[in-house]
Amino acid sequence: MNEHILIRGARVVDPAAGRDEVADVLVADGVVAPPEGASAGATVLEAGGLVLAPGLVDPHTHLREPGREDKETVETGCRAAALGGFTAVSPMANTDPVADHAGVIHEVRDLGIRAGLCDVFPVGAITKGLQGEAMAEIGEMVEAGVRMFSDDGTAVADTRLFRNALTYARAFDDVVIAEHCEDPALTEGGQMHEGYHSYSLGLAGRPRESEEIVVARDLAVARLTGGRLHLLHLSSAGSIDLVRRAKAEGLRVTAEVTPHHIAFTDEHLLTYDTNFKVNPPLRTPEDRDALRAALADGTIDVVGTDHAPHAVEEKEAEFDLAPPGTIGLETALAAVLTHLVGPGLMALARAVEAMSTVPARLVGAADHGGPIEPGRPANLVLFDPDAEWVVESPFASKSRNSAFLGTTLRGRVIHTVYRGELAVADGKAQR
Amino acid sequence: MNKHLLSIHDVTADDIVRILDTAESFREVGSRVIKKVPALRGRTVVNLFYENSTRTRISFELAAKRLSADVINFSTGGSSVAKGESLKDTALTLQAMGADAIVIRHSSSGSPLTLTKWVRGSVLNAGDGTHEHPTQALLDLYTMRERLGRLEELRVAIVGDVLHSRVARSLSFALVKMGAEVTLVGPPTLIPADAPAWGVQVSYELESVLPKLDVCYMLRVQRERQRQQYFPSVREYSRLFGLSAGRVGMLPQGSLIMHPGPMNRGVEIDSDVADLPQAVIEEQVTNGIAVRMALLYLLLGGGAEAAWAPGEGTNEQEAVPAAREGAA
Repeated sequence: MNEHILIRGARVVDPAAGRDEVADVLVADGVVAPPEGASAGATVLEAGGLVLAPGLVDPHTHLREPGREDKETVETGCRAAALGGFTAVSPMANTDPVADHAGVIHEVRDLGIRAGLCDVFPVGAITKGLQGEAMAEIGEMVEAGVRMFSDDGTAVADTRLFRNALTYARAFDDVVIAEHCEDPALTEGGQMHEGYHSYSLGLAGRPRESEEIVVARDLAVARLTGGRLHLLHLSSAGSIDLVRRAKAEGLRVTAEVTPHHIAFTDEHLLTYDTNFKVNPPLRTPEDRDALRAALADGTIDVVGTDHAPHAVEEKEAEFDLAPPGTIGLETALAAVLTHLVGPGLMALARAVEAMSTVPARLVGAADHGGPIEPGRPANLVLFDPDAEWVVESPFASKSRNSAFLGTTLRGRVIHTVYRGELAVADGKAQR
Repeated sequence: MNKHLLSIHDVTADDIVRILDTAESFREVGSRVIKKVPALRGRTVVNLFYENSTRTRISFELAAKRLSADVINFSTGGSSVAKGESLKDTALTLQAMGADAIVIRHSSSGSPLTLTKWVRGSVLNAGDGTHEHPTQALLDLYTMRERLGRLEELRVAIVGDVLHSRVARSLSFALVKMGAEVTLVGPPTLIPADAPAWGVQVSYELESVLPKLDVCYMLRVQRERQRQQYFPSVREYSRLFGLSAGRVGMLPQGSLIMHPGPMNRGVEIDSDVADLPQAVIEEQVTNGIAVRMALLYLLLGGGAEAAWAPGEGTNEQEAVPAAREGAA
């Protein structure tokens, strides 16, 4: 690499360095360099009015490869990620075969390297085959570079097994056990948030208590074990209260929220639109508002997209037969800017922190999340915080099951710099 | 009126009165020797049944045939997935064949609404999952109005598995819309927690409700609910919420006993009770045909340009010139 990119006049928002100012930034030979060292032939990006931030990191993605390459591949998912401003993603373990051993971990990471659009940090399964019965070989996967383990899709229902996983993982530095918090018995057959709308629509419910029960149990187990716990895609106001108390108590816990849970509520299901069918379900405006406030004040640490691609024919089906999930990589930043930063509910620096700095630490992506300082790998995003656009199909993702389809969002990624090169330039993927 | 009937929310109180009045004029057709009028001649009605339901399908089939429509029955036991063809592809096929109306029964809530995305004709919900069964509610309203002379301020209890009952939903919404007073009765496990927001009362004690009723509407309780632990046993359910011979005496004189069928005799209703004169269960079935005739007629634009209007004779010779006039 011998390319110089000079980014001129952007507002640099870099929470890791506590920096928010207009400045020039030079990218030289893959790393950040002092701007005065720009070569004569450097590519110059006039970035007045744009925000320059460390590349976004998604701690919660589904890339479907291996197994369901009709929905997404590592390559198409990484392209969607780059277009969304991400320079690193963490695909969950629910592939076929399951990422419950080093072989699949290596395969997925290598596919990411070959795609060359962003870094891929695979998540390992907590239990073999995601069956919730026997612990997977966590140590082998740690050696393969895994830092986050999760049975995402379901909770680890067996409390003893969950206790042992949290305890066992203490042997390894910075390893986190991430839980999908929904009680399987209380959510069996459930299609949406249980409440007025589920009763009227005749759809079986998933009560918010099904999440709170698992959150409360997991926090108790974290207290018991001293283990490092991460709570995925929280959806209920009650869960926020539990997490807030646990943090005050000093438990080692972090929490995540998705862009769709801060944007939408169960009212969006009134037309049985399967793009709004997600697990955990979209809940009430009160829950949504609590999630927004919790992300802003740091009770919820990170934004994870839970990008969940599904085939058109699977989603164009009867509501109870459609699989849960919405894609989100290409809309995540804009959703956070539109629903939180724009209305003044959250500072821009906090948004960057929750979408880059903190998730980078969470998944062990040392080259990501800033600070944007000379010598650091150049993983950066440049976005226009004021550009309005309508979310339309097709996407770079192979799938188009987006809950944001047809909505107008404010904030658009213009350039993504991945390891010193433009993975996205002027809103277009470069490979 | 809306183009489709997917839910009771699709019709206003005025629409309901119009539907019941139209049904009134159609009921006479069923008593003729030749039970047929040419109102929907040349129109195609498809009965798309993903769930077995002999009585509802036959009722719709008879209704369409008495209006002289061409009727196609498309039944499949399992879901579309089990069958191998998606709901969308089936819908597109029916659309390509020129269906004017599709009557759909499906085990998945919301399927009729989903169907409207892919077809141009009218869609009638003949029961979707645990969502709604609007034509049942309308025929029940017809029966109540006919027997009791009004709907406003009628005191109606709907007793049983409200949580899983599409009939209870549609009937509650329709009765509340018409100004009736509805009480849902059943074990708390089978009453939706947010039901009071529908504008209804809730009671867990049948006997305290019975003396104040104009209509006692019993719902079918599936034995499967016992396995799912909604109540400890069918025996206990029956003891607490069954309409027994002993409890019938607590109903005021002139009140009605109704049931959408099929009944579980001995579970939610005693066999002798189901056969009492005040139990109008068979009348509900008879009225169902007239109400479904009215709905097909109104939804398929039977109003202004129709070849035939309710109250006219069966003689097609009279009707055809009228149609030509309309066309000119």
